[in-house]
Amino acid sequence: MGWPLAVSAGLMDKSPRALFRALWALSVGHLVATLLVLLPFALLLVLADWQRPIQISASLLVIAFGLYRLIARRHPRALARIPPTQLALWSFAVALAHGAALMLVPIYLGLCQAFELDAGHQAAGELMQASLGMAVLVSLVHVAAMIGAGGCLAWLVYRYLGLRFVSRSWFNLDAIWATSLIVVGVVALTFNLSRWQ
Amino acid sequence: MTMRPDPTFHASPKLAMEAPAENFAYTLLLSPDFSKPDALAVIDVKPGSPTYSQIVHTVTMPNKGDEFHHFGWNACSSALSPLAGHAFIERRYLIIPGLRSSRIYIIDTRPDPTKAKIHKIIEPEEVFKKTGYSRPHTIHCGPDGIYVSTLGGGGKDGTNGPPGVFIMDCETFEVLGRWEIDRGPQTLHYDFWWNLPRDYMVTSEWALPPQFENGIVPEDLLSNKYGHRLHFWDLRARRNVQTIDLGANHQMALEVRPAHDPVREYGFVGVVVDTTNLEASIWTWWREGGKFHAEKTATIPPEPAPKEQLPPLLQGFGAVPPLVTDIDLSMDDQFLYVSCWGTGEMRQYDVSDPRKPKLAGSVHIGGIARRTPHPNGKAFAAGPQMVEISRDGRRVYWTNSLYSTWDDQFYPDGVPGVEVMANAGGNGGLELDKDYFVSFPDGYRAHQIRLEGGDCSTDSFCYPSV
Repeated sequence: MGWPLAVSAGLMDKSPRALFRALWALSVGHLVATLLVLLPFALLLVLADWQRPIQISASLLVIAFGLYRLIARRHPRALARIPPTQLALWSFAVALAHGAALMLVPIYLGLCQAFELDAGHQAAGELMQASLGMAVLVSLVHVAAMIGAGGCLAWLVYRYLGLRFVSRSWFNLDAIWATSLIVVGVVALTFNLSRWQ
Repeated sequence: MTMRPDPTFHASPKLAMEAPAENFAYTLLLSPDFSKPDALAVIDVKPGSPTYSQIVHTVTMPNKGDEFHHFGWNACSSALSPLAGHAFIERRYLIIPGLRSSRIYIIDTRPDPTKAKIHKIIEPEEVFKKTGYSRPHTIHCGPDGIYVSTLGGGGKDGTNGPPGVFIMDCETFEVLGRWEIDRGPQTLHYDFWWNLPRDYMVTSEWALPPQFENGIVPEDLLSNKYGHRLHFWDLRARRNVQTIDLGANHQMALEVRPAHDPVREYGFVGVVVDTTNLEASIWTWWREGGKFHAEKTATIPPEPAPKEQLPPLLQGFGAVPPLVTDIDLSMDDQFLYVSCWGTGEMRQYDVSDPRKPKLAGSVHIGGIARRTPHPNGKAFAAGPQMVEISRDGRRVYWTNSLYSTWDDQFYPDGVPGVEVMANAGGNGGLELDKDYFVSFPDGYRAHQIRLEGGDCSTDSFCYPSV
């Protein structure tokens, strides 16, 4: 997400350094957005008795947002009103608007379960620490993957492929993205319902 | 909503130059006495076509008295802005404002320009109600919507509050509201353009409606009451950050032409007339050290003429002022074309050194005193006015009407609508094309031209040419 901004920054300043500076700002914004969405769930996990309903609600939330993105197909044009110098803010806003951060919630909760962070016998303090740690880890891995992929693409376009690639490679993935949100939500929901005794 | 960006969107000016040439030219027609509805003419400009240089389709409006002037697209290369992150719209609709009526027409040019039709009409009341502005003028497609500059504020004569810029949605064409948050000292308006990645806008000044709707007001001109300032804005903060006064004698600073390559932080503006000596001038503006600067970089002198060859308005001066009424910059930022509507000349300046324009080519056609005919022998009333350059820079089109009431003052014998084209050499040089001459139907004058797939005053680019 946002790799063309890194290409633009690199070309405008005629320096690879500007490209990497832009990628850095993009990752910071994205990271803050994912943490902002994950942290409330990390805190909620302390409520051991409410594990299942929390997970089910999270799945429903992701499904609902996916449906909303599928039905309301208008792109938020206000993103273009963020000054080009504020890339971190832009990256933060776009991660929230697209639901990229939200998509991580079911995955995160699933991971917490797999690592038994939601076991009822742990003290609340320890549990909190562990779930926060997991939230940070999930966000970092996610952002690293995103910036790794986007950064490689930005570098390839900047150095080898040329600007023609920007418009030629750009497909409208809105519907696919919205569908994938729904799929993640449905998978998590099915898994949680099947295990809810 | 499309699956791919429109193929006529280009990331950089260089890519726009390399794209296929235009097959059609859209031209606005106005009925100067308001007796007929205004219209949009679609002209075949494909070399070798059996209908080359002919009108192949006309869209006639349902109202009279709109006074068509400038127009633009709903979307252009600015849709590839990496900040918008969503280029899935089409360059499909022409947005045509009525400068006199404040009505806005949306014309659908798909699937075929020869079948263009009215898609939507925005009534003046909606513009008044949602913006408090009137007399919509310049159209530019931005990454977050369509920007429209206006020449009038509120009230019947448009003097209730200052004019400004408003935004429309590029898909629903809903008028969204005013753009400015802080206009600073800006009280007049005309043209505007921007540098998207560098985040600034430049606006210029013509006049308020009472100073142009019923013709030029000589007393106002001689007391320097027409516009003579440039305003520079923080584009996304929507604030006026700097105003440069070109000097009160430099009356009417009109078209603003920034370099197309966003790395280049300079541009040009034309001044119609210097009231101390009747000269017209070209100014270069640029940004350096966080501040904007402007200086006069070329002047065009008036030409002496006997009284009997002059309209009553000019008889006291004994000379024809050049009257630079439009300028346009080629896509590679190398050549600036300058319309001298009074003396009847189209000038081509080499502006590769932007602060030292060099005259590289010129053709004479029309003119108040010269009255040079077209190389094909036909008469050309008035002089070169709205000029548009093909993206590859090889064809330069222009028409001959300035504005209904002003035409009558400077050219009382009438201004039958004509469009011509000149071929430009790769390294300069300009020559009128003998085969391209469009005569518009009786009773119509012609104003701005737009070329299929974008031209040199429609698209803004977010990536430099590399």
